Amino acid sequence: MFFDSDLLMSALRALTPILLAALGGALCERAGVFNIGLEGMMLMGCFTAVATSWFTGSPWLGVLAAALAAAAYSLILAVGSVTLRGDAVVLGIAMNLLAVGLTSFLLRTVFGVQGTFDDPSLAGLPLVGGFSPLAYLAWAAVGVSALLLSRHVWGLRLRGVGEAPEAAATLGVSPARYKYAAVLLSGVLCGLAGAQLALGNVTLFSENMTAGRGWIAVVAVMLGRALPLGVLLAALLFGLAEAAGFRLQGLGMPQQATDAAPYVVTLVALFLSTAQRRRRAARTRPSTTGVTS
Amino acid sequence: MTRPPSDPSAAAVSGPGGAVSGPDGAVGGLPPAVELRGITKRFPGTLANDAVDLTVRRGEIHALMGENGAGKSTLMSVLYGMERPDAGSIRIDGAEVSFGSPGAAMAAGLGMVHQSFKLFDSLTVAENVVYRAEPRRFGLVDRAAARRRVRELGAEHGLVVDPDARVGDLPVGLRQRVEILKLLHRGARTLILDEPTAVLTPAEADALFAVLRSLTARGRTVILVTHKLREVLEGSDNVTVLRDGRVVARLRTARTSGAGIAAAMTGRAVELDRVHPAGTPGDVVLDVEGLGTAGVHDVRLSVRAGEIVGIAGVAGNGQSELVEALAGLRTVTAGRVALRGEDVTHASAAERRAKGLAYVPEDRHAVGTAPAASVADNLAMGHHRTSLSSRRGLLPPSAVRAHARDLVGRFGVKAATPEVPASALSGGNLQKLLIGRELAHGAPLLLVEQPTRGVDIGAIQAIHDELVAYRDAGHAVLLVSAELSEIRGLADRILVMYEGRVTAAYDRAEADEATLGLAMAGGAGTTTGAPAGAAPDGD
Repeated sequence: MFFDSDLLMSALRALTPILLAALGGALCERAGVFNIGLEGMMLMGCFTAVATSWFTGSPWLGVLAAALAAAAYSLILAVGSVTLRGDAVVLGIAMNLLAVGLTSFLLRTVFGVQGTFDDPSLAGLPLVGGFSPLAYLAWAAVGVSALLLSRHVWGLRLRGVGEAPEAAATLGVSPARYKYAAVLLSGVLCGLAGAQLALGNVTLFSENMTAGRGWIAVVAVMLGRALPLGVLLAALLFGLAEAAGFRLQGLGMPQQATDAAPYVVTLVALFLSTAQRRRRAARTRPSTTGVTS
Repeated sequence: MTRPPSDPSAAAVSGPGGAVSGPDGAVGGLPPAVELRGITKRFPGTLANDAVDLTVRRGEIHALMGENGAGKSTLMSVLYGMERPDAGSIRIDGAEVSFGSPGAAMAAGLGMVHQSFKLFDSLTVAENVVYRAEPRRFGLVDRAAARRRVRELGAEHGLVVDPDARVGDLPVGLRQRVEILKLLHRGARTLILDEPTAVLTPAEADALFAVLRSLTARGRTVILVTHKLREVLEGSDNVTVLRDGRVVARLRTARTSGAGIAAAMTGRAVELDRVHPAGTPGDVVLDVEGLGTAGVHDVRLSVRAGEIVGIAGVAGNGQSELVEALAGLRTVTAGRVALRGEDVTHASAAERRAKGLAYVPEDRHAVGTAPAASVADNLAMGHHRTSLSSRRGLLPPSAVRAHARDLVGRFGVKAATPEVPASALSGGNLQKLLIGRELAHGAPLLLVEQPTRGVDIGAIQAIHDELVAYRDAGHAVLLVSAELSEIRGLADRILVMYEGRVTAAYDRAEADEATLGLAMAGGAGTTTGAPAGAAPDGD
C-alpha cells in the first residue's frame, strides 16, 4: 500500500523544519513584515547547530546556538526593513544569498572540507517516541502561536500593527517594537528549523542543505493565510509530498523526478490559491469610492 | 481680541483648580478644558501657526474653522502631541502640559478622530475599541468584557454598533462611531473631530451631532475642525476662525451668520449657496438604457446639451461604478449606452473620448493626475492624441509648454512653474488643473465626480462658475456629488442613487434638502415627486 502509517510518519518528520520556519514567517506576516529570508536564516541555523554540536559534543547546545545565531542573523531584516525602511524583499533575497556563501566559506575554514561535513562522532538529536524533541516543540508552537495571535493582548497588538501601523501608533503602540519582536522570533524559529534539519532529519552539514525548504515555508505562510493552523496544514501537504517522493524513489522512479515533488506541489498549491483568491476578490471588489485628499 | 494680559502668577501654578483663568474661559470657576496661548509653529518656508490663542470651555462644542492651509491641522497636531510648537503654551483643565506624543495627550484626556479613520479593518469592533487598553484575564484579552464595554458605552451615548462586526464590513457612519467609542473607552474628556461629516449623509451627520450633544451634556468637550458652515452654525457654541496661521475671528455661534464666518475665512465677501440660473436643454447627448454593471442595476438616464444632471447619493451607492461604466473603465453587463446617438456600450475609454467625452474622476490624486509628473505633463495628458501630437507621434516640448501656460492662465491654477510636480499643488489647485484639462477638450459630454471635495470656498466658486459656463456653451454635464448644496446649486435635474439604482428624480425646483436627504437614505419610492409627508425640515 502506498499511503500507510509509515508514509504519514515520514511526512510528519519531513514537515518539522518547514513548520517551524513557516510559523516564524506567519508571525512576521501578521506584523506586516514580508519575510522571505527564512531560507537563509534556516541555513545559518543548520551550520551553527552542526559546528556547536561538533565542538561541544552537545546537540542541545547546538540547538540553542542555532536559535541565537539565526535570531542575530534576522537582525539584518529587522534593522534593514523596520529602522532603515529598506525593501524587505530585497533584504530577504540578500540574506538568502549571503547565508549560502557564508556557510560554505565557514565550512571550508572551520572544518577544512568542501561540500559536506559528515562525521560519525557528530552528535545528533535523540529520538523520543520516533520523533525529534524539536518536532514536539513545533507542534506545541502551533498551539501557542495560535493562542497568542488570537487571544493574547500581545497578539492583538501585533495584528493591529501589521494591519494599520499608523493606527496602532496613534494609540501609543510602537509598530517598530512589535515588528522587531516578530522578526527576532522568526529568527529563533528558523534557527530551530535549521537545527532540526542538520541534527534531526540528518546528522551532517552540506552546502545549501536547506534546498528551498525556507522558500516552501514562505509559500506555506501564504497558503495558510498566516494562520498557525493553516500553516500547519500547508506544511503537512509539503511533508506528504516529500515523503511521497522518497516512497516513489523506492518504487523505482528516477530521483530527479521524485526530488521535485515538493516543489511541484508548491507550484500547484500556489497557483490554485492565487486563482481562488482572485475569484474571491473579484466577487467582493470594494467600491472605488474612498475618501482621499 | 479681548484677552487679559497673561498673568505671571498663573503661569507658575499648575494642577487642576490651581490656575487662574481668563474671564473668557471660566465656567463656574472651572478652568477651560483646553487653553492654547501664543502657539507658533514654523515649517521650512511657511509660518503655519502665528501666535495662535484658542480657549475651549468645558462642555461646549467649539468649531475651529479655516480654509485649507489656514493652520487648523497644524494647531491640532500641536495640541495632540504630534508636533512640537516653536513657542506657546498648552493648558488642559488649567494645568500646563507639554506632550511629546499622542499617547501623552491621550493620557491627559484628549482624543482625536482623524479625518481618515485610524482603524483596523480586519479586527472586530470590540477589538478596535479596546486596542492598547484591553480588559484582561490571565494575560489574555477578556473578549466578553470588551463586548460589554462597547454595548455600555454605546447605550449611554446613542452609539450603537455590533461589537462582533468586522470594522471593514461597516459603513462609514458606523466606523466613525467606533472611533468615538475608542476615545470614550480611553476616558477622553475632550474630543477633537477632524472634518467628521465629510463622508456622512445629512441624516448621519444629524445623528453625529445628537451624539456630540449628548457628550457635552455629560460634561465632555468637543473641538470640531471643519470648513462646513452649515454644521458649524447648527451644531457649535463658539467658533474660532483661522486664516494664514492667525486667529482672525472668535465668534459666538448664536450671534453670527454663515456669511460672517465665510468672510472671515476667506478675507472677502462670499456669496453662499448660490443657485445658478437654469440652463436651456437641447438635444440628448448621453442616453443610458437599463445599464447594469457590478453594483449598478437597471439605470436609465439621459443628459441633454445645455443641461447639468446631478446625481445625489451617499458615497458607495453605485455612483462611482456608474460613472466608471460610462467612462469605459468598467465592463457593462446589461443595457445600452449611447453617446450622441452612437452606441458606445462596449467602446473603450479612448473610443469614447474620441466620440466626445471628458471625465473628471473623483480621486484626483490616484486617478485624475500623475502626482510625480509635472504640471505641464499632467495638462498634456489626454490631449496627447489630438491637439498636441505632431505627425510623427512626438510631443513637441514647446507645444506642451504653451498648452500648459494657456490652461494655467485660463483656470487660475497657482503653480510656481509648469515644471513643478503636480504633487506640489494644493488640493484646490490640483482640482482646477484637472477640471481645466478636461474642459479644454470642449467635449459634448462631461462626466464630473465630486468636483469640490476638500476644496476651499474660493476655489469652489471658481469651479462652479466654470461648470455652469461649460453648460451654457451648449455642453452636457453629468455631475456626481455627495454635497447636496452643490447638486442643488448647479443641477437642472437631480437623480438620487440608492443601492445601485436610480430611486428618485426631481426637477431643481421641487428638490429641497429634506426631500433629497430622505431619498438618499433609501426613503424614496420610485420617480418624480417628494414622498408625501416627508421628514420634518432640518433647517
